[in-house]
Formats: sequence, C-alpha cells, structure tokens
Amino acid sequence: MSPSRPPTAEVSRPHPFDQTPLGRRQERMESLARSIFLAMALIMIVPLVLIVLHLLYQAWPLLSIDFLLQPPIRGMRAGGIWPALLGTIYLVLLSLLVATPVGVLAAVYLHEYARESWLTRMVNLAVVNLAGVPSIVHALFGLGAFVLFSGMGRSILAASLTLAIMTMPVIIASTREALAAVPRPFREACWNVGATRWQTIRHVVLPNSISGILTGVILQVSRTAGETAPVMFTGAVFYKAIREGDWLAYGLFDQCMALSMHLFTVSTQVPDVPEPLPYATAVVLLLTVLTFNALSILFRVYLRARKKW
Amino acid sequence: MTLPATRQTQRDKIEVSGLTARYGPKEALRGLTFEVHEHEILAIIGPAQSGKTTLLRALNRTLHEQPGTSVSGSVRLDGIPLDRKTDVHALRRRIGMVAPLPVGLPMTIYENVAFAPRMAGQRNRAELDVTVERCLRQAALWDEVRDRLDTLGTRLSGGQQQRLTIARALSHDPEILCLDEFSIAIDPVTTMRIEEVLRELRSQMTILLVTNLTQQARRLADRTMFLWKGEIVELDQTDVIFSEQPAQRQTYEYVNGIFG
Repeated sequence: MSPSRPPTAEVSRPHPFDQTPLGRRQERMESLARSIFLAMALIMIVPLVLIVLHLLYQAWPLLSIDFLLQPPIRGMRAGGIWPALLGTIYLVLLSLLVATPVGVLAAVYLHEYARESWLTRMVNLAVVNLAGVPSIVHALFGLGAFVLFSGMGRSILAASLTLAIMTMPVIIASTREALAAVPRPFREACWNVGATRWQTIRHVVLPNSISGILTGVILQVSRTAGETAPVMFTGAVFYKAIREGDWLAYGLFDQCMALSMHLFTVSTQVPDVPEPLPYATAVVLLLTVLTFNALSILFRVYLRARKKW
Repeated sequence: MTLPATRQTQRDKIEVSGLTARYGPKEALRGLTFEVHEHEILAIIGPAQSGKTTLLRALNRTLHEQPGTSVSGSVRLDGIPLDRKTDVHALRRRIGMVAPLPVGLPMTIYENVAFAPRMAGQRNRAELDVTVERCLRQAALWDEVRDRLDTLGTRLSGGQQQRLTIARALSHDPEILCLDEFSIAIDPVTTMRIEEVLRELRSQMTILLVTNLTQQARRLADRTMFLWKGEIVELDQTDVIFSEQPAQRQTYEYVNGIFG
C-alpha cells in the first residue's frame, strides 16, 4: 500500500484479484494435494487404534492387578505374569543403563572432539554396520561372547549386555543427530571467549540437546522390551518361579522370564492356553513400553521447558 | 579521527609477519605483515572474500582449529610469539571477539554476559553483577534490558543480540577487541552510540574493526588497512587512506566506490 504506486486508470480491465483459470486450477490442485496428505496421515492412526482395541477386547476378562502381580500357574495356563514383567523391566533398565552412557559419551566424542581421521571413519563404519545387524545375529554373538566366553552363563547380565550392544549404535546415531541440531555459532561464541571444549559442551551443547538425546534413548526402550531372540539365547527362560509382587526377585546372574518370550511361549508352545491369555500378555507388554515412554516424555517436557531458543 | 600528536603509546600490541592461511587449496591470506599499535583503532576494510574475517580468526587461533585449514607465518602478542604451545583459552580471554551475525547464547541475558568470567573461574555474584552492568552499559544495551536480565538472550531482537555479543566480548576484560562488522544488524543511532563507546574504550584496549562501511572506518579508525584478495593493498593513517591521494590508486577507487 505504498502511496507512490502509479494510479491505475483503466476501468475496463478485470480486477487484479479476480480468479483466473490458472488460479482455479492451482486451487483445485492445492486442495487435492492437501486431502491426499491428510488421508495418509489419518491412515497412520487406524492400525494403532485397531491393535489397541482388539487387544483390549480380547484380553479384557483377564486384566487385573492380580494378573500383573502373580506368577503363572498350571503350566502357564492360568495365574499372572509377574516373573515375565519383572524380567523385562530388569532387562530394559539394565541394558539402557549400560548402553546410554557409552552411546552418548561416544557420540559426544565423535561429534564434539574428533576430527576427520581414519579412526573416526572406522568408528563411524562400525556404528552404521552394527546398527544394521539383525537381532538374531546379535543373539548369537551374545551367546558366544557373554554366555560362553565370558562365563556369565545364561543370565540377566548376559542378556542385558547383548541388548546393550544392540541398542548402542542406534543411541550413538540419534545422539549425534541431537548434537548436530545445536547451531555451531553457539559453540564458536563460547570458544571465542576462552571457554574450553568441555565447558562449551557442559554449559551450552548438552543442555540444549538433552531432550533430543533422550528421545533417541526412549525409542530404544520399546525395542529392547520387544526383542525376543537376543534374550531367548542369552538369559530368558520358559518358566521361573518367583514370589508374587517381589521386586527384588532376580539377581544379576539369575535367569529370568521376559514378556516378549512369554508371549511367544503362551501363543505357540503351550497347548490349551485360555484364549485371552496371550492377548493379556501383549497388553502388559504394550503397557510396560508405554509406561517407560510416558516417564521419559515427562522428563523431557521438564527439560524442554528449560530449552533456551 | 586523527591521531592526537601527544600520543605516547606507539608500542606494538600485535606484530604479524608473513601470515598465510589456506582453506584447502584456496589461499585466504597471502603473507600479511603488519603491526597493530597499542590503544589504536585499526580498521580493516575490503570487499567480500578479501580475508578480513580470516585475519581476525587467525589472531585468536580459532582458525587453526578449523579442519582443513593450514596457517603459517607468525603472530606476536606483546612481543610473545603465539604458537602451538600457546594456551588458546588464556589467549582468547585476552581478546574480545564480536562476530558479524549476532549470537545470543541460549541462556539468560545475565548469564550471556557472565558466561566468560564464570568460565574463567569468577564465582563471586556481586562482582559478576558489576561486570554484567558495566558491559551492558558499554554496549549501549543496559537501559533496554535492565528490568529483564532474566529473560533469554535469544529472545532479544537482532540488533539487541548484536549489542549483547558486544557486551559478552567485553565481559572478560580483553586487551584487544575485534569487531567483525558489528553494525550490520544495528540501526544507525545505536551504531553511533557504540562507536562513541569504542572511542572511549580505546584508552583501555586495542581495537580491530572489520567493516564494510568505509565511512565507519573513516569516522573511527586511527589507521586503516585495505585488504584485497588476501593481501594488504595499503595500510596507513586513516586520513591518508581517505585522502585524494593514497599511495595506491586501488585504495582511492575502493573507498570512493569506484570499484568493489
């Protein structure tokens, strides 16, 4: 609306904002594109809703606190799933306890300190390839390296370490992404006033990438909880009797039950299992993962509230 | 700005000799040799890609840490050569650096300015308070932010963030202040206020001023260096550079907008 615009004298010419055929075509195309994208986005919701509804519907008769806290009885055909639930919690926590510090610190080194060299190229190659190894191969590796060679035997420790090896490369990759999202000028501004690398990382880089780093770690919770092959090879057993609701039932070198393997067992290995049981197990597995996720998301929200740009 | 005749401090603060810098195969600086006198404002002018920023980064040795660069030649600060053994963090605490694009660190305004002293070990809150106020005043920002020191530095406008970076550059009491086109995001009135501050600061520190505004160099600088394609075309008293007859025809053409 600048006053210096030359006055338009011609009255006969169409109004400049009247719609042209081209404009109408563009508008149709626009709404078509938009609806296609929207439809695809909505399709994503369908399987989730169906899975959850189906599971809940099938599992409904069995779901109760007792089911969570009691051990299975009558050869898995009744009772609860406490040993499997506790086993999965142990496995997830222990493997993340190992994988997170190693993965995050390695990523910090690779992204903040390392210069391009044959060493960093080797590490990068290892990360990429390790992330691509199928879990059944990890299982075999864990069996060889931890169970047999290191003499841990089939145990929670061996299974957790196997899971940790499996998740570490993914945590490294996601952590590097999170670090790369912190603008480089922030670092340069710090270096320019004489801050050391570590001071820069500690005060500027980590505080601003921690929520992204955690997101990467959270994603690994569901993966570790769901993996069956690695724990089957290295520490999970068909049945293990522990006391009802006992949180400290397992030791590091004990074998344990795991939800993923339990689901496999009751679905395929045991005859005459009441129909709701596998579904109820699946619901508990899902709930476990969701609980872990919810906790970490809460933590992330708390951290993001302090994010500074 | 001509030099007062009675000025006694002609000691060389920085001596640069044969400074050459390469980014891969590309030569950014070609054997620069010059001195910066203590307590002078030295303006560095020249078109884009002439090596102005590279020169500043060679002084605080951030250039040396950048992958793919090679730097040769010598830089002396107070007569002491800077080399591989120099503690770069101690060196950088002696040099204030203001980057061309404003970077408010993702922390509060107060913390932005207190960052450098804190990293250098200052823990005393009262002394930090004094430093923060002094630096923000010097950067002509205090009056605008005094009531909201706890808000995020990144929420400030571009021009305010630029002044915040100036305050940060002053926060560790540098002996040398390097300004890399500090005024591109600032309005003319504020620019004038900061230029005024720079004139006052000259009694406390040595100032290197990279600028695309030749008139800014003319207003502020004691001496002016004209850099072109990584080489010094001319370095002389500012009034000579901006006179009708600088030593080099090229200088005359550049400062008068005939080329470049």
